Amino acid sequence: MAEIRYIDAINQAHHEEMAQDARVLVLGEDVGRKGGVFGATMGLVEKFGEDRVIDTPLAESSIAGVAIGMACNGLLPIAEFQFADFIHPAFNQIVSEAARMRYRSNGVYGCPVVFRAPYGGSHGTALYHSQSIEAFYAHVPGLKVVAPSTPYDAKGMLKAAIRDPDPVLFLEHKRMYRIVRGEVPDGDYTVPIGPAVVRRPGRDLSLFAYGWMLSESLAAAEEMAREGIEVEVVDIRTLAPLDTATILKSVAKTNRALIVYEDNQFLGYGAEIAARIAEEAFFDLDAPVMRLAGPDVPGIPFAKPLEEWFSISRGKIAASIRKLAAY
Amino acid sequence: MVSAEANTTVEARHRALGLSDQDVLEMYYYIALARGLDDRMWVLQRAGKAMFVISGPGHEGCQVAAMWPMDKKQDWFVPFYRSVAACLVKGMTVTDMLLGLFARATDPSSGGRQMPGHYGHPRFKILSTSSPVGTQYPHAVGIAYASKLRRTGEITMVSIGEGGTSQGDWHEALNFAAIHKCPVLLIVENNELAISVPLRKQMAVPSVAVRAAGYGMPGVTADGSDVLECYRVAKEAYDRARRGEGPTLIEYRVPRLGSHSSDDQQERYRSREELEQVRKRDPLLTFRAYLERVGLLNESTLKDIAERIRRDIDTATDEADRAPLPQPDTARRHLFFEE
Repeated sequence: MAEIRYIDAINQAHHEEMAQDARVLVLGEDVGRKGGVFGATMGLVEKFGEDRVIDTPLAESSIAGVAIGMACNGLLPIAEFQFADFIHPAFNQIVSEAARMRYRSNGVYGCPVVFRAPYGGSHGTALYHSQSIEAFYAHVPGLKVVAPSTPYDAKGMLKAAIRDPDPVLFLEHKRMYRIVRGEVPDGDYTVPIGPAVVRRPGRDLSLFAYGWMLSESLAAAEEMAREGIEVEVVDIRTLAPLDTATILKSVAKTNRALIVYEDNQFLGYGAEIAARIAEEAFFDLDAPVMRLAGPDVPGIPFAKPLEEWFSISRGKIAASIRKLAAY
Repeated sequence: MVSAEANTTVEARHRALGLSDQDVLEMYYYIALARGLDDRMWVLQRAGKAMFVISGPGHEGCQVAAMWPMDKKQDWFVPFYRSVAACLVKGMTVTDMLLGLFARATDPSSGGRQMPGHYGHPRFKILSTSSPVGTQYPHAVGIAYASKLRRTGEITMVSIGEGGTSQGDWHEALNFAAIHKCPVLLIVENNELAISVPLRKQMAVPSVAVRAAGYGMPGVTADGSDVLECYRVAKEAYDRARRGEGPTLIEYRVPRLGSHSSDDQQERYRSREELEQVRKRDPLLTFRAYLERVGLLNESTLKDIAERIRRDIDTATDEADRAPLPQPDTARRHLFFEE
């Protein structure tokens, strides 16, 4: 088993799925000759040709809409949005069309599209290259939303998403692409969409996160262990449908819950996790459910001091852990 | 003598297009059937048997004509809410459509989940319709792209009103279709009204078809009251698509004979004179006049056809009315694929 980067895991999944199933194809801006702005589709056009690796016009709504049509006629398209910030023109196609196709046709038309989008803040990504968009889409019945946190999951869940008979929004936190490494088997495997997983067991409090926030949370948990606070870190992985059982089980064990997400706090994805815990684990709680999330401003500002002010670092997570543990 | 000569000239029209007498009689039947069904749906709505109607009186001629060259089994159709006649030609029955009107569990389009007029049928390769206008255009292009990639030989036809052509999706779809020479017929049924907004406030160009040049594909306009001309341009576009030469934008100029929907009162924004004028363009009447002129229809055969249609619609109405309503315990089903 080789240790590879998150971006390489995504790339491998593309290569393997396209090689083993002629129905799989990729469309998006710069996915061909350039191999994607982050390199996720590197080497595909050389191997599979321009008909299956389509450099599209710069028009996101039709990237989604054309993919939906392809999916209705026997193909398994992967539609890449260059940045999650630019997926908004496709909102109507994803929400009104892809997510509703099966329900509105009473089960006769499916829509097996994977919508891939790099999300979240990295260095200097500013207001329009850093957005977290998961809450908009996780709200929509009929759409699966995933945000894998390790290279192993990235490859396995992307393969699962491609083979899924329903639409999946596949979110890749762009900060992870080149700095998160992990062991990934060369051959075929899938990681099921649905189950959350406990990444680090602990007795003192439960921390729920996904994507880059999971990495930062694990780092913070290590630091806390040195201070004698044992944090249980749960990787949500699949945001919709949500694995509530794993969350409740962890809260029943630790009696404290901290949810960490990078999106704006107000009505962000963590609000749903908090609500589930409040509704279904109220008597397990020794402290109020706590959220650590992005400030409610429109995105991560560009200038370094402003970016640092916004960013959810391991230091901020550690501070929240201390506060909740002391409650 | 003079009238016999005239007959020969007009008769040559459908034959010259490769349409048999049988073809044009069937085409007339579908136009009349769609109108009969349309009238029935409005009566049922006014009588309180249906919540809502949206349909296409005035659009039937071009719909039947455009669908005529299509392979009913193999080809795809991506409809909009006025596609009553087109869906009938493609294979849906009157009962199928009334099951949708009554929101019955056995409605093949959606099992009673969608408003009436949102057609879809997998057996006839009619894609499911939604309410946002314009979204169906990229779907049709994606379907056509898949046909090309998979070498299935399928041709796709998609329809929309002229109001929908203002949507970004419409333009994006044309651009993509032309770049990839997708085998698709891009139909616009231009009735010059988007609910109440007139054509001059929808676009500054005199016709939708001229936009085709901006995308690098042919664009044609045909008079929706001239059913044979509607067929001619569709057949040409169909053959072009089959030859691998790509998409064609077809604009049919059609009269809108009724209100936008059962929730609209067109008398509030259309004058009596306008409504009188528009009725003269009714394709049912113009095509009937043609068929009478060439001697294929007369008073007695017309009466037979009308009688048959009335009987069939009566039977279908009863059948659909008797069908069960969907039950709440099914309302969570089909959110995702079920094994």
